[in-house]
Amino acid sequence: MTETVSDPYASTTDSAEGPVFTVTGQDWDTIDASAVEGDHLVINMGPQHPSTHGVLRLILEIDGETVRDARAGVGYLHTGIEKNMEYRTWTQGVTFCTRMDYVAPFSNEAAYVMAVEKLLGIEAPEKAQAMRVLLLELNRISSHLVCLATGGMEIGALTVMTCGFRDRELILDLFEMITGLRMNHAFFRPGGVAQDLPAGAIEKLRSTVRLLKKRLPEYAALCNANPIFKGRLKGVGHLDLAGCLALGLTGPVLRATGYDWDLRKKQPYWGYETYDFDVVTRDEPDAYGRFRVRLDEMWESIKIVEQAIERLAGMEGQPVMVADKKIAWPSQLSVGSDGQGNSAEHIKHIMGESMEALIHHFKIVTEGFRVPAGQAYASIEAPRGEIGCHLVSDGGTRPYRAHFRDPSFVNLQGTSVMSEGGMLSDVIVAIASIDPVMGGVDR
Amino acid sequence: MVDAKGNKDERDKGTETQDGSHETQSELVKSDAVELEIVEVREGAFGIHGTGDTTGFGGLTRPVIMPGASQRPYGGWYDEVADQLATITELDEAIEKVVVDRGEITFFIRRHKLLDTVTHLRNDPVLRFEFCSSVSGAHFPHETGRELHVVYHLLSMTHNRRIRLEVVAPDEDPHIPSVVSIYPTADWQERETWDMFGIVFDGHPALARILMPDDWPGHPQRKDYPLGGIPVEYKGGTIAPPDQRRSYS
Repeated sequence: MTETVSDPYASTTDSAEGPVFTVTGQDWDTIDASAVEGDHLVINMGPQHPSTHGVLRLILEIDGETVRDARAGVGYLHTGIEKNMEYRTWTQGVTFCTRMDYVAPFSNEAAYVMAVEKLLGIEAPEKAQAMRVLLLELNRISSHLVCLATGGMEIGALTVMTCGFRDRELILDLFEMITGLRMNHAFFRPGGVAQDLPAGAIEKLRSTVRLLKKRLPEYAALCNANPIFKGRLKGVGHLDLAGCLALGLTGPVLRATGYDWDLRKKQPYWGYETYDFDVVTRDEPDAYGRFRVRLDEMWESIKIVEQAIERLAGMEGQPVMVADKKIAWPSQLSVGSDGQGNSAEHIKHIMGESMEALIHHFKIVTEGFRVPAGQAYASIEAPRGEIGCHLVSDGGTRPYRAHFRDPSFVNLQGTSVMSEGGMLSDVIVAIASIDPVMGGVDR
Repeated sequence: MVDAKGNKDERDKGTETQDGSHETQSELVKSDAVELEIVEVREGAFGIHGTGDTTGFGGLTRPVIMPGASQRPYGGWYDEVADQLATITELDEAIEKVVVDRGEITFFIRRHKLLDTVTHLRNDPVLRFEFCSSVSGAHFPHETGRELHVVYHLLSMTHNRRIRLEVVAPDEDPHIPSVVSIYPTADWQERETWDMFGIVFDGHPALARILMPDDWPGHPQRKDYPLGGIPVEYKGGTIAPPDQRRSYS
């Protein structure tokens, strides 16, 4: 008792609303609650808490174990990405926005480059589109795996966590092989993608997909009928279709209400209409339904990935960037003995052969290209729902305004209705079923 | 506002040099646009203004021209939505102008009619924009009297359509009615727009800052928000803030 009193982080102070207790874990009984009237408590959870998915702060008003009022406080990871993009070229913008929702970086890049391409009135070549689809769907699987893994960990299912991160690593290895980086790739560029598939990529992709197909059934076998898992998830975080539309929730949360809203089908982009896959829905608008939707969506993504691999296998040597030299990045990257860099062939060309090529390289890399004035909104189906990018151009070499409608930010507004009236322990499950990524929420 | 004829040459030249795909661009620029929206005129570039240099940068004059109002027919279902809005008597004078650009339709709504308009947009079965995707802002400090823009992206899942609403307010009176009563999802997004632009959404249940700390001074996404330079430890030199550095635009 005396030790606790001397702890500067665990003490009692008085405020206008009543006494304020600070507990740091395992010291709940040190509180002398005799002076407090009733069972009514306002609890601050986070922003540093292992089960709030990053720096999310929850302000919970509880009566015993029942949550009376739940509010979410965000902004602890605000990095000013949108403002920063206003002072970088259109191509450099990808490097910023890929860092928003770091669990699904390709979705951020995709929404951004789609908006830039809409402003420019161009379309990426077929192979670039197929590569984008391939990476987006692999990313959907890896993102859903993180959701299952962290969601499982938060209810004590540690095996789900270890399995989830084990399999996600397989996919991140593929990303590393194709883009050079496990995360924050900046691989999609206005007009195409940064570089072609490396040698041996198709075979590596095929073998990883084979391995994933062997391992994915483990999650269903482990969880689907598990009584503890169902006991924690079923009926928790209920939100019906009307609630989803009013609060703007999209993605697996919306599809778990039975509505087959998926932008890949409803407003197809980059050839999604030519791939054979189904939209997964479920008539269980709770945490369990969302878990099952994500599980089944991974299988649909595997189907798309397999089709994309076969297409790419037949596209060897095709361009991955628009032919317009006024937009396309002038160089190609290659891996040398000293790491990744400009290809030796390109350096030879600009340094030894053509003065004009050197000038062109310099202009495109430092000045960038100009985008005609106007505005555009592009949206795609990210793992968490609709990610939209609103771009305003003033005709210059940099975005005049870039805004992202991030699905985590909007979906998190469902926290209150999903958890009020439920148990304190169910708040964690409800938030895990929304699957927010704070980097995307705060940008 | 300038007559299209007077500026046509400049526009064509602009699109031609901006990128090589000239054909696609000329398709995008609607020929029936009668008014051009000049929001700003910039002079010089790369830190050079006026005469006295030989680079040619100082003599540059570049108007920033946003796509102007479109004339009917807008094409496709755009006319159906516009017709339906026109039949609602309460919405007389609500629409300031309609811009069709790059396959997207934008309705500029007068702010005192915004709430009526979105109510009908959501409830009318022909319109039925039941989903508000995004609310955000943009700041045009040189557009006197219309500095602050709020942009709403509405989605009709019933008809699979998207429209954009744009509402403007002057800097001196940064008030726009809140649409939270119609679209509850706008709650946090309006808070973000207040936080970033200082636009007050009248009728919002709790218009508090959301991304910046509660006691933060200023609204960072505004173009007049001061950006910090970087002090460097060499003879008192500093690196200028990003908006004051030499740049191409």
